[in-house]
Amino acid sequence: MSEENKNYLSTGDTVKSWLLTTDHKRIGILFLFSILLFFTIAAVAAALMRIELLTPQGDLVHADTYNKLFTIHGVLMVWFFLIPSIPSVLGNFVIPLMIGARDMAFPKLNLLSWYLFIIGGFFAFHAIILGGVDTGWTFYTPYSSAYSNSHVVEMALGIFIAGFGSILTGLNFIVTIQTMRAPGLTWFRLPLFIWSLFATSVILVLATPVLAITLALMSVERIWGIGIFNPKLGGDPVLFQHLFWFYSHPAVYIMILPGMGVVSEVITCFARKKIFGYYFVAFSSVAIAVVGFLVWGHHMFVSSQSIYAGMAFSILSFLVAIPSAIKVFNWTMTLYRGSISFEAPMIYVLSFIALFVIGGLTGLMLATLPVDVHVHGTYFVVAHFHYIMVGGMVTAFMGGLHYWWPKISGRMYPEKLGQLAAIIMFVGFNLTFFPQYILGYLGMPRRVHEYAPEFQIYNVLSTAGASILGVGYLLPLIYLLWSIFYGKRATANPWNATGLEWQTSSPPPKNNFHETPVVTEEPYNYPPLNEIGEITLASNEHK
Amino acid sequence: MTFPIFPKAASTTAVQTDYLYFMLLGFSAFILALVFFPMIVFLFKYRRGKKANRVDPHLPEMKVEVTWTIIPIFISLGFFALGARAYFTEEVPPDGTLEINVIGKQWMWKIQHQEGNREINELHLPVGRAVKLTLASEDVIHSFFIPAFRIKQDVVPGRFTTEWFQPTQIGVYHFYCSEYCGADHSKMQGTVFVLSPTEYQNWLTRGEPKNSLAQSGENLFRQLGCSGCHVNSQAVHAPPLEGLYEKLVPLNDGTFVRADDKYIRDSILLPNSQIAAGYQPVMPTFQGHITEEQLLQLIAYIKSIGNETPQKNP
Repeated sequence: MSEENKNYLSTGDTVKSWLLTTDHKRIGILFLFSILLFFTIAAVAAALMRIELLTPQGDLVHADTYNKLFTIHGVLMVWFFLIPSIPSVLGNFVIPLMIGARDMAFPKLNLLSWYLFIIGGFFAFHAIILGGVDTGWTFYTPYSSAYSNSHVVEMALGIFIAGFGSILTGLNFIVTIQTMRAPGLTWFRLPLFIWSLFATSVILVLATPVLAITLALMSVERIWGIGIFNPKLGGDPVLFQHLFWFYSHPAVYIMILPGMGVVSEVITCFARKKIFGYYFVAFSSVAIAVVGFLVWGHHMFVSSQSIYAGMAFSILSFLVAIPSAIKVFNWTMTLYRGSISFEAPMIYVLSFIALFVIGGLTGLMLATLPVDVHVHGTYFVVAHFHYIMVGGMVTAFMGGLHYWWPKISGRMYPEKLGQLAAIIMFVGFNLTFFPQYILGYLGMPRRVHEYAPEFQIYNVLSTAGASILGVGYLLPLIYLLWSIFYGKRATANPWNATGLEWQTSSPPPKNNFHETPVVTEEPYNYPPLNEIGEITLASNEHK
Repeated sequence: MTFPIFPKAASTTAVQTDYLYFMLLGFSAFILALVFFPMIVFLFKYRRGKKANRVDPHLPEMKVEVTWTIIPIFISLGFFALGARAYFTEEVPPDGTLEINVIGKQWMWKIQHQEGNREINELHLPVGRAVKLTLASEDVIHSFFIPAFRIKQDVVPGRFTTEWFQPTQIGVYHFYCSEYCGADHSKMQGTVFVLSPTEYQNWLTRGEPKNSLAQSGENLFRQLGCSGCHVNSQAVHAPPLEGLYEKLVPLNDGTFVRADDKYIRDSILLPNSQIAAGYQPVMPTFQGHITEEQLLQLIAYIKSIGNETPQKNP
């Protein structure tokens, strides 16, 4: 086999060939394994918390340990799993394939993103080993800058460094999508996954520097006692919240927009239909990215910010829900008169829509000022953002991973097991997090390691659900690894999907395409269907 | 184990919040039906291999999109308006409230009543009377949360925050700290006792006679040496404090400021930030020398002389 014809996996199997690779596909896989490591640590922390919360008394771990567990869980899940999950793994792997490019615009920068991520991860990991951090992932001042006796600065440094990896990834995506599209691939012929990642990248580039500045200011106050946020030094603790949420609310959209992109790809493929309302789905991603920058104050309705600011942020928060609603309506309409099959990626996507709608509707409740006053800082909020980030993003990540797995690994995963795992996750997830809505409205505060006895029943249900969810996550870990060695070999286009990534072999050659593809049609241009939902090639030619 | 679904509603705010919440629940159920009923029908009707009409229907895309964009916008604005109106009444206390001070510190709640009663992790209230809490923190951010009243307010160090409510049901309720504040955050909680007005009076007068909050403030006013300058001093020219509370004070830079709790707090802790017109910036700061509790006592004292006329300054 000539060098040219080898696939990207067989071009070298030395450690060096992986650690010094500039191939976007290999970098995607480096990210996949590193985020799985962080996911596992963070999941273990969550499991320990759920076991502790089985009983109202604090009996498994000390209060201090519990506080460190939820900090580890939050920090690792947000910055070291969710934010890089779809963009850095799936985005890295499929963007150049989807737009018909040989690689990213800046392949070396792409590798640097991974190294920054790993260095950041090392500091975060080291901070955990030294004894952990007890501030929560939000690092609220003055607790973080003056009162906490834990390894705050080192953890912040880890996030700071990993953040630069995010910025570079976002930059790389923007330039790649702008400049490297195949001939004929105009903006409105782009797959919607690309639109969603473009919007995500804009947020990554614009918002992440604010996080870096905020964490740096907090560390400056902590190390040198320069008064910025601590009122005893003349600072303003609420200023920290403004800065933190100015990044962290848009970051929520970093953690959901790419998932929405996966849904658009998968639902069209498994319904054999063109997406309904392409322009609206595409521009709703842009609208979410823009309006998402203007809603940070809804995290602060009870923080003592002015009531008029509260009202402005409330109305903007209602409005940011509209583009998401538009997407859901369009996905539903896409199913109309389609030919629907239920492979694992489709099951994941359907459960994404269900969970995302519930998460979104409870988001409207949180945007309603008096309701937020009651449920702010309770398990209601915990349930809401887990519906979006786990029910939404993690589900979409699993869906996307299964969908592109044949392309990534060159192997098929076992379909029945895949469907089973998706259903187990859906059931386990709802049992874990739905009771938390009720708990929150009853008034159980979050981040507590002991609670009033009347809250116990829902905590027991939640812990039971978490153990089911755990099984759901273990299954794919096992069968996907198994399939790398023993899975059926995948054809170039096992799902009969449109999209350039399916026109090259599975796994793709090192340079993605033997010949640069030329695009002549709109995306998701599935041919007409006959009465029982088969593609009618004849009528296609006729057309 | 019990299966409670909704918490008790024991204040006027609680009734209003629940009303909004139930409306939102109903709306959510409607939306869930609107999305999932057609979706489930489609999934069943158009599953691959089943006979169905699959001819592209050529729907008027633009009309459909505009419809399902505009209608949700108007519904959202409706919910926003209902919420904003309720929030406004919830955030702005009425006149004539019963005023109680709450001081949060790692990890306990201290409560001061105007009559001089003090409590830790307990709060006694009369039923049917509007209560305004002034909240202060000695250290980090806490949040004072009474689920049965549906009220919550962050307690932010370096400033006073307020919240108000009107209990409507006699009973015993939990309160919590709902902003993570360190190791024993989960223990930072307590009990609200809503009593009948007579029981409340009995509770207030129970035990040894005690100084009112304003009297404690007056004692502090002498102990800390405030009176040395602010009362008829020959040596130092300092503004008199009688009749000051809630009045407009002219400042050195030509502006005016209302002498509310915030202004008095800042004048004690950051005396050089706003200098009253005609005076020198000579007052030392008391930052770090007095606690939030003492600060609130001093303010109670200054408030208590808010209707007196100053003695003539020589």
